[in-house]
Formats: sequence, C-alpha cells, structure tokens
Amino acid sequence: MMADKTTPPPVETLTYEQAFGELEAVVAALEQQEHPLEEALALYARGQALLQRCRRLLEEAELKVQRLSGGALQPFAADDEAAEEGA
Amino acid sequence: MLFEEFFRPPVWTIADLTRYIRDLVAGDDNLRELWVQGEVSNFKVASSGHAYFTLKDGKAQLPCVMWKPQVLRQQRHFLPRNGDAVEAHGHIDVYEAGGRYQFYADVLRPVGEGALYREFQRLKAKLEAEGLFDEARKRPLPRFPQRIGVVTSATGAALRDILNTLRRRYPLAEVVLAPALVQGQEAPAAIVEALRALNAHARPDLIILARGGGSLEDLWAFNDEAVARAVAASEAPVITGVGHQTDFTLADYAADLRAPTPTGAAEQAVPHRDDLLMVLRGLETRLNRAAMAALASRRAALTALEVRLQRHAPLYRLFSQAQRLDELTRQMDTAAQHAFALRRMRLEGLAQRLEALNPLAVLQRGYALVTDAKGQVVRQPAQAPVDAEIRVRLAEGGLRARVTAHENDPAR
Repeated sequence: MMADKTTPPPVETLTYEQAFGELEAVVAALEQQEHPLEEALALYARGQALLQRCRRLLEEAELKVQRLSGGALQPFAADDEAAEEGA
Repeated sequence: MLFEEFFRPPVWTIADLTRYIRDLVAGDDNLRELWVQGEVSNFKVASSGHAYFTLKDGKAQLPCVMWKPQVLRQQRHFLPRNGDAVEAHGHIDVYEAGGRYQFYADVLRPVGEGALYREFQRLKAKLEAEGLFDEARKRPLPRFPQRIGVVTSATGAALRDILNTLRRRYPLAEVVLAPALVQGQEAPAAIVEALRALNAHARPDLIILARGGGSLEDLWAFNDEAVARAVAASEAPVITGVGHQTDFTLADYAADLRAPTPTGAAEQAVPHRDDLLMVLRGLETRLNRAAMAALASRRAALTALEVRLQRHAPLYRLFSQAQRLDELTRQMDTAAQHAFALRRMRLEGLAQRLEALNPLAVLQRGYALVTDAKGQVVRQPAQAPVDAEIRVRLAEGGLRARVTAHENDPAR
C-alpha cells in the first residue's frame, strides 16, 4: 500500500478515515522491516505526521451542522432550533 | 321533633353530589385507563369535530365521547360504523352537566387484531417476502463517517439528543439535517422526501432516521410502506432511532441498523473519540517501536558492513595501492642505485685493467719497449740480428741502439 512511489498527499488534506487508514498501513509496513533504511525513516516520519493529524482532528474538531434546504446546504446552529418551528 | 330536625342529615346540592360521584370515579384506578369492547351505535361526528357514540352489548350500554384530536388521528386508520364490534381505549368520567358517566375514548380498533397491528403484520409479511429485510441487504456502516445525514424534526428533542451525542463522541463529523415531520398524515411523504434529498444532494456516509419516544400511534409514520421502502433503497446506510424500546417499526426492519432511541442511533453511528485516542496511542507505540527496531537492526548490520566496507573501500584500495607504489619506487631506486654502483665498480675495474695494460705505464716502472727499425716489437733475439739498429722506447724519450750480441737465456 505504501510501496507506491508517488509522493503522499499532505496530511492536512486528509480526512480522519484517510489519515487513520494510512497510519495503520504505515505501522504495519514498518513492522515488516523489509525497507531500505531511508524508506523506513520516511515511513516513520510519515507515520508521525499522520498520528498528529489524527490527534488534531479528534481534539480540535467542532461538530459542523448544516441543514439541507431545497437541495442546498445552509448553516444550522443549534441555537436556531427554537426558530425552526414548523419544519 | 326539634331533636329530629336538628340531627337531620345535610341536603346535597346536585352539583355537590355529582362532584362527589365524579371524585369517586376519578379516584378509581380501574376506571382511569381501560380497554372496553362493544358494538358501536349512534356514531356521529359533530360539527365541533368531536365524535359521540354508544357502545353496547346485549345487557348494557355505555355512552362514549372521542375528542377532535383523537378523531382526526383515528380517521387515518379506522373510523367505525354502526354495528362494528370495536375495542375502545380510554377512561371513565362523569359528565356533570348531563348527569351521567361516559367513556372518553382515545383509540378505537376492530375487535380481534387491532387494525393498525393487522395492517402492520400484512405489510411486514409482504416486505419480508420481497426480501426487503434480509440480513444480506444490510450494509456495513462506515468506520469513520465524515458526513452524517439526519432525518428528524428540526424542533424535536431527538435532534438535540443526536447532535449532543455526536458532539461528545465524534465532533469530526459533519451533520446535514434534512428536517421532516415525523408524526401525522404527511409524515411518511416528508420522511421519504428527506431521505431522497439527502442521498441526492448531500451524499452522506450514513443517515440517522429518528424520532423521540411516543405511543405506537405516534410512531405510525415509521410503519408506512413507502418509508420502509425508502429506507431500504437509501444509497447511504440508515440507522433508525425511533424512540420505542420494545416495538420494531417497519423502518427499523428495513434499516441497516436499529437503535432503540435517537441517542442510541447516534452512538451506533460514530466511534467515541476517547476510544480513537486510545487506539492512536497504541499505534504510536507500535510506530516508535518498529522504527527503533528498524534502526537497531540497521545499526548492527551497519557496523558489520562498516568493517567489511573498510576492507573493500575504493579509498582503502587506493591507499594500499599508493603504498605499493611507494614500495615499488623504493625498490626500483634501490635496484637502480645498485646497478649504477655495480657498473661503476666494473668501470673502475676496467679502467684499472686498462691502465695496467698501458705500455707506457710499464715503462714508468723502468721497463723498455724494443722495436726494430720498422717499428715491430722485438720479443725474441732472432728478430734483431747483430748490428741491427733497434729502437728502445723508455718512459720518457727513446734510444737508438745497435745490437751487439745475442743472449739466449737472459737472467730474470
């Protein structure tokens, strides 16, 4: 999975699912110990970056709530709930 | 007489008496909530919207009232006609103005299986036969849903519960609410449309279809055939959280996962971030350990290689060859010097020998060279007859002389 030579996308662009999936793959790959040192170090650095990305997402995320209205998404604050009478 | 007058029991007013009876009735738990069975007669919906009828059997009859809201709700499922045998749910109260007790009905259903239940069973069997509820149809839920569609009332407690749960467990998610009526006649169509719109416009990873607790009646929209079909047809997997602990609705059967409450549905929808953080810590440990192991084994291999490398390194070979060159140079120098000395020695030898052969050198030591007149070296007496002129070469200068006699055995 990590064997492809294309440069991986920056971790900031990854969703939690993507980052976590890649992290799992990186750890598994590194544990197999079949990589040239340079590749192993690159894997480690990537793993650390993915780890931080996942942590940040978990610790800093705020639930985003939108409302679907006529096929378009509009912001929906929980405070609006009272004003949403008769939806 | 006065005595009797004085102790006469008090006289009730009608209102007091009726109130007293009413309190008796109201205080009786058996009468507060009950099902009663009878035949409907005189069924009439007044202009006010309230319905009046009588329930009776062969021996007695019971005047009944059903208020407008219950009549409206009842209309969607079953309105009795005179002669129908029904089961009625409600309570007994006293209608003071009429001076009679009445049954205040809120639900009516045909005797035997309730209409709702019968309809429910019929639909369930039908959809089941179509395979709509098959386990094989259930889709796996995404591990980390990014976008979660929510179909419920925009004003209900269900939405608040869902949002709070998601916020607490997995705030990474993005919620798209498709508000829908979840109760009443228009609810099924609204729910179907909300599911369709979500799938079409928001493409959520999963959908929570929820409603807060209520009576079986309140949840009836979730037993609608169109709703069940829309749930099964939804592109995104659907979790139902229709607030009823025990009863499964058709939507529950059709859903990919059924939770008993809106909160439960939200909990099933997403992982808890504390669990994820714990998993991350585990992965971090593994990552570091694997990297350390990779480094340690590389370091050991490196040390071994280093030794071998130094032996075979081009630089090392260069150095060793330079050394060899130095050695060779030195050897060559030595050899050259040797050869030179040897030649010089030979040359000196030759020179000495040459010197030794120099006739003049012999003359220096007192010897003389005798030649005849023609210059021939005289070695024997016969070469120079007596009286022949000979020439004597000395170290310095020479002599002309005459042979005076021959001596055959010169002394040494």
